[in-house]
Amino acid sequence: MNENIIDIKNLTKKFGAFTAVNNISFSVKKGEIFGFLGANGAGKSTAIKMLCGLSRPTSGNGTVAGFDILCEYEQIKSRIGYMSQKFSLYDDLTPMENITLFGGIYGLKRKDIANKASTLLENLGIADKSKQLVQSLPLGEKQKLAFSISILHNPQIVFLDEPTGGVDPSSRRKFWEMIYETASKGITVFVTTHYMEEAEYCDRISIMADGEIKTLGSPQELKNNYMATSIDEVFRKIATKAIRN
Amino acid sequence: MNTLSFLLEKEFKQFFRDPFMPKMVIVFPVIIMLVIPLVANLDFKDINICIVDNDHSGYSRLLSDKISHSSYFVLKHTPQNYKEAKQLMDEQEVDIIIEIPYGFEKELIRNEIPQIPIVANAVNASKGASGASYLTQIITETTGEFAQNNGIADSPAELLSVHNLYNPTENYRHFMIPALMVMLIIIVCGALPALNIVKEKETGTIEQINATPVSKIMFTFGKLIPFWIMGMFILTIAIFIAKIVYGLSPAGSVWIVYANAFLFTLTISSLGLIISNYSNTMQQAMFIMFFFIMIFILMSGLLTPIESMPEFAQMITRFVPPRYFIEVMRSVYLKGSGIADVYPSFVWLGCFTIVLTAIAILSYRKRS
Repeated sequence: MNENIIDIKNLTKKFGAFTAVNNISFSVKKGEIFGFLGANGAGKSTAIKMLCGLSRPTSGNGTVAGFDILCEYEQIKSRIGYMSQKFSLYDDLTPMENITLFGGIYGLKRKDIANKASTLLENLGIADKSKQLVQSLPLGEKQKLAFSISILHNPQIVFLDEPTGGVDPSSRRKFWEMIYETASKGITVFVTTHYMEEAEYCDRISIMADGEIKTLGSPQELKNNYMATSIDEVFRKIATKAIRN
Repeated sequence: MNTLSFLLEKEFKQFFRDPFMPKMVIVFPVIIMLVIPLVANLDFKDINICIVDNDHSGYSRLLSDKISHSSYFVLKHTPQNYKEAKQLMDEQEVDIIIEIPYGFEKELIRNEIPQIPIVANAVNASKGASGASYLTQIITETTGEFAQNNGIADSPAELLSVHNLYNPTENYRHFMIPALMVMLIIIVCGALPALNIVKEKETGTIEQINATPVSKIMFTFGKLIPFWIMGMFILTIAIFIAKIVYGLSPAGSVWIVYANAFLFTLTISSLGLIISNYSNTMQQAMFIMFFFIMIFILMSGLLTPIESMPEFAQMITRFVPPRYFIEVMRSVYLKGSGIADVYPSFVWLGCFTIVLTAIAILSYRKRS
């Protein structure tokens, strides 16, 4: 049994003349929290979309949850959770209705959905708002709801694309508590962020710039290698050399 | 199948939660069915006419009387001669000039076949043509009546008579109403799906759906079925209004109308979804859908008969799905056609349904 749940080799995505992701290779171990760092426009979201079967790679190959990202992407989809950078639940449905819809799409039974939903809403502290439309919830709650829905079907991996963007510090901390809890259930967490202090919470991180992975390792390793006191410093050392941005 | 029920549940919740759409689906067909048949009318009324009477006979008085009492004509002037009458037509005062020649009555009594010149202003071609044809009918009638009163045999009334077989009153409304039902379905079940998926693209929700293992077929049917139900609902409203307000019910069986609408709604909604799948913004989708609606209105035989189009245009209409729907609607409504009469249209429409639904499913891309 391969202990790498994600194995990517030479993955490239070009949009016309623009190379969004340039020949990246990396692996993610089962059960770890993998931080995918990079400035805006570094190519993080494009890379994630290729892993989730939302975007067709221009070249390269790899497996996610044991399936080929080039041809078995629909099988991958039932084994992963995905939370987009842009909030993409249905604003005109209630939290409960969103849970029901996505639970149903992932093949859960109505009874199971109802059970899961009530504990989920309880845990998020929005049980009293379950009949309110999602659009009336504050962003922090929306993001936590989106995350909860993305792991509703117990995926092997969950991809979180900038889940804490624009969220206040206390909500962000709570969000990271949820990430830890998820990881403790054995779900691999693949998370992108541009908050460097969040990177310290990850088991391993990679830093992207100009569509390439510039460095990869545990936060401690990177700090040692770059002789920095924080990931923020590591990042700045890499980012200042970047051409884009 | 289970997935489909969740998708449908979501579509219906979103639809009924919209402050505008549910009302629109009722108000729209009601207004169209109540107003358009009254205004979209090629039965010309109040055609201005002048009579140049050179005969001054009993017959000419009878004819003038008939014309001025007809609801189609307004007897505007009785000029002394043709020149004066022509002047009036040039001034747009009258649409039709009728000149009764001197000695007309005498010739009629002698059982000769005299002629009455009718001059119609053909700037508005259809007004002129229908005016002239109404007038011919009135003259034929009057002459017949006159002949009978005077005991003349072989009256022209017996020689010439027009029977309208399937639309006995030649009511333009009856011609329009079945076609209007088709229009309603095109606009509601074509334009709304065209905006639907592209709206999910704009709000970003499609990305969350694309990241799930939902199958293309399920997703597409999850979108099609609500519009299909909506189409049937609108058709039912329209059929009721046609019956109650205009007293028009299908001469043939109503199930053919519904079976036909069943296929057509699926076809047109699939077209809408295809447009939605290829568009990136709602503006784009709307613009393309307008283009198709335009073609559908002008090339489906809705307003103008297909037989009077040029050869190449008639070929094109074979690829315009509403053409078949309108054909079936009109023949079932007006002629009472049975399935045996209209099955070729059904087969054509069925082919379009299969092809367009398949394209709608295939053109939905979960991976870009």
